[in-house]
Amino acid sequence: MSNGEGAAPDVMVRLHDVGLSHDGGRNFILRGVDLEIRRGEFVAVLGPSGAGKSTLLRIAMKLIAPTEGEVTLAPAATAQGRPAGLVFQDAKLMPWRTVQRNVELGLEGLGLGRAERHARALDALRLVGLAEQAGRWPRQLSGGQRQRVGVARALTVEPALLLMDEPFGALDAITRAGLQEELLRIWAQTRKTVLFVTHDIDEAMILADRIIVLAGHPASVRGDLAVGPRPRDRGAPAMQILAERLRALIAGDPDPAEAGYWRASEI
Amino acid sequence: MRMGASRRSLYRPLLGAVGLVAMFGLWEASVRVGLVPSGLLPAPSALVPAWLDEVRGGFWQGAIRDSMTHYLLGLVIGSVLGGLAGLLCGAVPVLDALLSGVVRVLRPIPGLAWVPFAILWFGLDTAGATFVIAISVFWINFYAAHGAVQSIDRDLFEVAAAFGHGGFGGRLFKVVLPAAMPGLMSGLRTGLGQAWMSVVAAELFGVPGIGARMMQASSLLATDLVVIYMLTMALLYALTDMAFMLVRNRILGWQG
Ligand SMILES: Nc1ncnc2c1ncn2[C@@H]1O[C@H](COP(=O)(O)OP(=O)(O)OP(=O)(O)O)[C@@H](O)[C@H]1O
Ligand SMILES: [Mg+2]
Repeated sequence: MSNGEGAAPDVMVRLHDVGLSHDGGRNFILRGVDLEIRRGEFVAVLGPSGAGKSTLLRIAMKLIAPTEGEVTLAPAATAQGRPAGLVFQDAKLMPWRTVQRNVELGLEGLGLGRAERHARALDALRLVGLAEQAGRWPRQLSGGQRQRVGVARALTVEPALLLMDEPFGALDAITRAGLQEELLRIWAQTRKTVLFVTHDIDEAMILADRIIVLAGHPASVRGDLAVGPRPRDRGAPAMQILAERLRALIAGDPDPAEAGYWRASEI
Repeated sequence: MRMGASRRSLYRPLLGAVGLVAMFGLWEASVRVGLVPSGLLPAPSALVPAWLDEVRGGFWQGAIRDSMTHYLLGLVIGSVLGGLAGLLCGAVPVLDALLSGVVRVLRPIPGLAWVPFAILWFGLDTAGATFVIAISVFWINFYAAHGAVQSIDRDLFEVAAAFGHGGFGGRLFKVVLPAAMPGLMSGLRTGLGQAWMSVVAAELFGVPGIGARMMQASSLLATDLVVIYMLTMALLYALTDMAFMLVRNRILGWQG
């Protein structure tokens, strides 16, 4: 099991006992991280700023190698040479490419014709409501628009696995809610596996099937909680209890559910 | 600012022309009034007949042709080699470290100091002049390219890798070259001016061209000819720089 090869067929990403240190093992940012994401799941990674969420995402995508432990990506995650879709925390568009050409980045080298690349990029831009801006330069966009281009760039490769690093963190509440809805729609339609990083408890609860809490120094998985059925109602008592539990886990307190603060029937 | 852009694009060159006309006017006036003896500085109006003589004799065209040849050859060779070396050193830390000593030794030696060797190795001809010009342009482009590569946003390599361009070719063509382009371009532009100065230096020793013609004229105290070739060089520089900027602005449109 620990050699990674034996992962169950429906496991998309597995991290086993993963640790990461930037200084050769003296200080660890992450340590003993175990997690498994199954095909079609929508998983949120929730943790305070600086916990190591972005680092975890980079490790999961094999952009950086862990200092210890193993990472297994299902072949399906990067099938046919298609990269997984990654949405960066701060867009990270290439300033010398137009919006359109930025979105085409992941399509280049897949052997697609120019016209097809163009059409697919435009489809993705339409999805995030930026088709009109296709010909503009990144510097001519607002921060939120840039972020949406980043989402389009990830979607356009039609990835089996979509990794998103606080993609809506910089957006106003209204745009944010709209894009969350849009993302859920895309997810329901395509059944992509999504790993969504956020520090916003509300966002995690609205979007995810499962919420993984990453906290501590070094950070590790402090909780792995399932969220109730969709559609979600923020006001529902079960959601409020869940939010309370998440808050406690992030703060490093014991899980109130296990500490017996609530009767089991409430949960 | 954005609104006035089109108006300003006319406004600046217009003012520049006004300044030029004023300079020539003042110059002409001060010679005519006798403020400056015409023996020390010929008036602009006195240049025209001298220039016509040069053109009739074919000297002017010949000098331009020769110098342009040295200029373009030296510029292209020096820029390409310097740019490539700078890109490589900027991108490959081992190479950079390995060559850092060599660079430190060679860098401070001005192109002019190489003239004896240029004559020895290449002779008093196009190749010798080209060599001197290429050397001075080399270092400008080397440092521009080096710095441009070093200051690339490292995260963009990660973006490229995440979208399937993590290999050497992907990094080079999707990130390094486009990201370094503004730096490369500004190196090229500096070299464009530097190369004209080196043209004079390279030709002062007898390789035919504008510099050699200036040298001959000054030994005969023909100050009008010296000024004519000074202005010729200024004109050629202005033309090359303008042509370059047209290309540059097209390539770097994304910078706005
Ligand atoms: N290259 C690096 N060298 C050293 N330390 C680093 C490096 N990159 C990140 N860190 C450290 O690792 C920790 C985790 O960083 P990371 O970006 O993963 O946090 P995060 O959870 O994504 O935070 P945020 O929510 O603010 O984005 C931080 O303390 C950061 O200072
Ligand atoms: Mg982060």
